[in-house]
Amino acid sequence: MSQHDFTTPTARARGLGSAKAGTEHHIRQRVSAIALIFLVPWFLFSVINAVQGGYDGALDWVAQPWNAVLLILTFGAAFYHMRLGMQIVIEDYIYTPGMKSALLILNSFACIALFVITAVSVLKIWFTAGV
Amino acid sequence: MSSGDWNDPRPMSPHLQVWKPHLTMASSITHRFTGMAMYFGSALIAAWIFALAMPTQADGSAPECYTLIESIIGSVFGQIVLVLWAAAVLFHLANGIRHLLWDGPHVGFEPKTASAWSAFAYFFAIAGAVAIWAAATLI
Repeated sequence: MSQHDFTTPTARARGLGSAKAGTEHHIRQRVSAIALIFLVPWFLFSVINAVQGGYDGALDWVAQPWNAVLLILTFGAAFYHMRLGMQIVIEDYIYTPGMKSALLILNSFACIALFVITAVSVLKIWFTAGV
Repeated sequence: MSSGDWNDPRPMSPHLQVWKPHLTMASSITHRFTGMAMYFGSALIAAWIFALAMPTQADGSAPECYTLIESIIGSVFGQIVLVLWAAAVLFHLANGIRHLLWDGPHVGFEPKTASAWSAFAYFFAIAGAVAIWAAATLI
């Protein structure tokens, strides 16, 4: 260790520096993106077919077990990916510390709430139909 | 900022104003913009599936809030929003696959390839959104 290196051994082992974070965010954004490459085309194709049947067609579609599972996976991956993406946008453009923290918290709450609302709705339709 | 009052000798970050606009710059900005647009658009998807989960009315017809959302989706305004939403999804998908190819196998960095992929993402988004709208409306 040089005379002017004040870094503690723990900080050196973590290797994060003043950025305070490493590659986790980047990797999570990519992994959720890989999932969405498969889920989004399925969702687009499937939902367009489903809504042709109006209200009953849409209900029947969500009530199919595989559709319900894939829908919840799509919502989970999408809202997670969305939360990570908006986090970066907030961190890039909002400089006021209080406002930045408030928006980051709001972002987390909004994405988690959207996931719970959609997942519970899908489960309710599936279980009500009893398929 | 005028150039006269800048006396910091350290190199400056390449600000948007000093760059000649190019395709990869446009697609990068569009990627972020479509991401944010879908963020707010996703609330509409959530509203639709939430309304779908509401109890069916006594006579077996759709719940009132579902009928309301269906009428909004069917209006001209709703159709425009849906086509723009589809275009945003398709652009983000096409450009996102390029990001994964950049980060994973490290391919597509050559300027010509990168610009061509940007142009393709715009074409894919617009053509795909029109095709989806046509398939859903006309068939």
